[in-house]
Amino acid sequence: MVVNSVHWFRKGLRLHDNPALQEALSGADTVRCVYVLDPWFAGAANVGINRWRFLLESLEDLDNSLKKLNSRLFVVRGQPTEVFPRLFKEWNVTRLTFEYDPEPYGKERDGAIIKMAQEFGVETVVRNSYTLYHLDRIIEMNNNNPPLTFKRFQAIVSRLELPRRPLAPVSQQQMNRCLGKISENHDQLYSIPSLEELGFRTEGLPPPVWRGGESEALDRLSRYLDKNVWVANTRVKTCSLYASPTGLSPYLRFGCLSCRLLYYNLREIYMKLCKRSSPPLSLYGQLLWREFFYTAATNNPNFDRMEGNPICVQIPWDQNPEALAKWAEGRTGFPWIDAIMTQLRQEGWIHHRARHAVACFLTRGDLWISWESGMKVFEELLLDADWSVNAGSWMWLSCSAFFQQFFHCYCPVGFGRRTDPSGDYIRRYVPILKDFPNRYIYEPWNAPESLQKAANCVVGVDYPKPMINHAEGSRLNIERMKQVYQQLSHYRGLSLLASVPTIQEEAEPPMTDESQTSSGPDSPPRVLADIEAAVCLMAPDSSTSAPVPDQDNASLHQLFQDHCTSSGWPSSPASSPPQSPAPRSKPGSPSSSCPSPSASPSLLPRRRKGVAHKGRRSQRQRERSSCPMAKEEDEEERMQEEADEERMEEETAAAAQQ
Amino acid sequence: MKRGLQENEQEEGGGPSGGYQKSIKWSTKEDEEKELEQQGASWERLPQEILLHIFQYLPLLDRAYASLVCRGWNQVFHMPELWRCFEFELNQPASSYLKATHPELIKQIIKKHSNHLQYVSFKVDSSRESAEAACNILSQLVNCSLKTLGLISTARPSFMEMPKSHFISALTVVFVNSKSLSSLKIDDTPVDDPSLKVLVANNSDTLKLLKMSSCPHVSPAGIMCVADQCHGLRELALNYHLLSDELLIALSSEKHVHLEHLRIDVVSENPGQQFHTIKKSSWDAMVRHSPKFNLVMYFYLYEEEFDPFFRDEIPVTHLYFGRSVSKDVLGRVGLTCPRLVELVVCANGLRPLDEELIRIAQRCTQLSAIGLGECEVSCSAFVEFVKMCGDRLKQLSIMEEVLVPDHRYELDDIHWEVSKHLGRVWFPDMMPTW
Repeated sequence: MVVNSVHWFRKGLRLHDNPALQEALSGADTVRCVYVLDPWFAGAANVGINRWRFLLESLEDLDNSLKKLNSRLFVVRGQPTEVFPRLFKEWNVTRLTFEYDPEPYGKERDGAIIKMAQEFGVETVVRNSYTLYHLDRIIEMNNNNPPLTFKRFQAIVSRLELPRRPLAPVSQQQMNRCLGKISENHDQLYSIPSLEELGFRTEGLPPPVWRGGESEALDRLSRYLDKNVWVANTRVKTCSLYASPTGLSPYLRFGCLSCRLLYYNLREIYMKLCKRSSPPLSLYGQLLWREFFYTAATNNPNFDRMEGNPICVQIPWDQNPEALAKWAEGRTGFPWIDAIMTQLRQEGWIHHRARHAVACFLTRGDLWISWESGMKVFEELLLDADWSVNAGSWMWLSCSAFFQQFFHCYCPVGFGRRTDPSGDYIRRYVPILKDFPNRYIYEPWNAPESLQKAANCVVGVDYPKPMINHAEGSRLNIERMKQVYQQLSHYRGLSLLASVPTIQEEAEPPMTDESQTSSGPDSPPRVLADIEAAVCLMAPDSSTSAPVPDQDNASLHQLFQDHCTSSGWPSSPASSPPQSPAPRSKPGSPSSSCPSPSASPSLLPRRRKGVAHKGRRSQRQRERSSCPMAKEEDEEERMQEEADEERMEEETAAAAQQ
Repeated sequence: MKRGLQENEQEEGGGPSGGYQKSIKWSTKEDEEKELEQQGASWERLPQEILLHIFQYLPLLDRAYASLVCRGWNQVFHMPELWRCFEFELNQPASSYLKATHPELIKQIIKKHSNHLQYVSFKVDSSRESAEAACNILSQLVNCSLKTLGLISTARPSFMEMPKSHFISALTVVFVNSKSLSSLKIDDTPVDDPSLKVLVANNSDTLKLLKMSSCPHVSPAGIMCVADQCHGLRELALNYHLLSDELLIALSSEKHVHLEHLRIDVVSENPGQQFHTIKKSSWDAMVRHSPKFNLVMYFYLYEEEFDPFFRDEIPVTHLYFGRSVSKDVLGRVGLTCPRLVELVVCANGLRPLDEELIRIAQRCTQLSAIGLGECEVSCSAFVEFVKMCGDRLKQLSIMEEVLVPDHRYELDDIHWEVSKHLGRVWFPDMMPTW
């Protein structure tokens, strides 16, 4: 029987480590590589020009690589559900392959395509290569709930076998066996669209800081893994705010780089340099965070919104379009915030500390605007914005989920100054402030007027006044957060501030006269309950296996730790020239990444553990530290215990949504 | 929210109406048996008291739907017991994501149940319309006697945007008619001295809790009037500019009950503001009178404004620094705050806090909760701090990124060392690398 394969590219825009593509090639007579794109639909979604450009460059690179193998990329205009029936018939397709998409929208879309393929008698082969692990397996190991703290997630991952090894790139030999005919008019029918075709204006568009494509990704990877660069990056606890020539996150997002390839390369270089048998989980820092948020989102179609999202705390955010616009366009009057938002708009990438700063400022720190609004702006501008990671990170930073302490708000002045004391970052992205001295560059409004004049930038005339009094704003917001979390105190532990005691304030309406006397506004039971809840706060995080200190090779270990958890991706100052502002981006979305979730939620939050559990566990913890043999078994028991608690939590969590 | 809370309480067998539940269960059993014997169980024959009990656990909307089932259920819907406690949510679609209490329902409540209301709160969003709507409701509560009232701004404080006179007249309606208010929460509102006088004139015997942080129209004289006459006052929240030696003396007079909580917000209106000081003798008087009272202080000051603070011993128990605070001030905290229970520092300068933390561990022997945000601490000092505090540290929160590794400890050791000294598993807080 003739096998005519179509491999459908969505994410995973690469020829290396592409198991689904390998399946397409296996025993096939012809293979065609397809990308489905709807230029008309592109206008409907909210994706900026930098992201589109990155996608198109990645497609071009893919096409070039396929050309070298005497094949081509077929970019087909239209919607998948319309395109495939046509292609199935036209090409006499017998096999359709694609990478598994773990996101709820993708799962739904793929389900429909698989069903349609069945009707056409087309076999579908789906392979997982976007994440390191099978997310369902992680969920299963956590008693069918996604872990909601990173520690717990790490604990589960540490019990999993290593991720599958990356596959070799598609070879000439493999391709030769199944070359389809490339028609004369291929470029007419299946060319990669230009930005103009998608409706973007490109005059004056500066060259990209991040060039899309697998080739670029692999170049970066080898630079990143260069021994000298690697050691230098890990030794200095640098925090470069600038785009780095070894940064990888956008390439992971579009699948130009396989996460498993990165994983095994990291592992290898670590073991080579550190001569240790097993690297710590922290080595894979960002890769695991990505995996964490994917796991949390995979079964939750409402993961990107507050309403109907069972893991998201309902916070009465303000709706304030003017304030949102000021933030999004970098007109807040806080140079630190404005510089970050400018860099984001111009280049499509900002350092994770910078993300923390602007996300906190928009939400719980200063403006009290919903994380959903911020998430949408990032979705438009941020090259590496994944649906799951973007929403998850925004929930995390706005203290809407994942059990965060909310007492600490990043100061839009102090945090910037700590991160870049020189202020050169500000001078680069907000050049109007370039002549301010370091002392005032983060707070130009406090500079004496004479100095402002001398710097050719009078605050309120040439640069906006700060849009909010940070002290007052954060005071109010801390109170708001306390209100929210105090209401949740019966479901799980409180945060630090919320545990500040108070006398019973509003009594529940007593039902009978007897109880009225005992539960008036001043009765003690609730106070006790609150204190108890407060005590629960620091009960151990669910995930904790016995601490295993790494004694040997500690300093190198440290280097890796710093590298992966403190300063994120390696950083060396970029040498790209200052950019002029990008043209106002036009909404649009690659058809493969536009979520429109609708199914019912199934995620449920976990709570902090109660006093009793804490006691038991800490006791065991002590036993464990003296008896390492008991660890394994104990871990099992503990996880079971937590699972039970989580089940109990389910009902209350559901009720919390009311 | 309410439903979840009560369910939870019931699961644990506790809750404020535990005694009542027992008696209900008892009679239920009897009734049930009789009914089953006679004509089988049937919904419409459920005794009112049981229905009432069930209704209590239903959210308002479900209760309203249930009331449409039959006349009997409708009667229960309107029983006063179900209307003692009510939270009005006033939101505008343009400024909030949350739903508002339906205007028809508000009308109904005012018409049929205003005399049943006892525990009332208003949650308003950032729009002035919502604040005005709240005041309109308040001014119609003429024939009710509230025990508790809370005006809560869920976003930017919108009561401040209203004409003061409108707000005051609405609020005084409640003050005059209630006569037995025990708890009043009016933070971030334009309440003023004359309205507080009305409050005192009508509710002085019952008032136990008064929260009025950031009410700029109240003067020290206004709050003195409350302290002088409301001898049952047990909890008070206000801004530092209203705090005076006289106030503390008044609160510690013999006629006055023990104070339980005093919360003070120290906020600077303009940079470089000068703050007055409170005499140590006044604080001493407070501690003598109410030895167990909590003094909760929130500081939102510029570093240079801290000069008058922490010069003398102060009985503060919960201390929150919302902005960057210097090493020097934190050093003084260690020397002057022997009653300290909880300490939160959002940020400090660029130098590690090592000695300051150690001193706090030495001197503040009650300290059981600490949270550090952007405060660099060396790993050794942090471990030493935890070791000194030991397992009395019930809450310990620090961001991983501010722990500075040194010759003794690496970041990975910290988790292990700290867990050992706390006697429980502990990790530093993490932020996603995203």
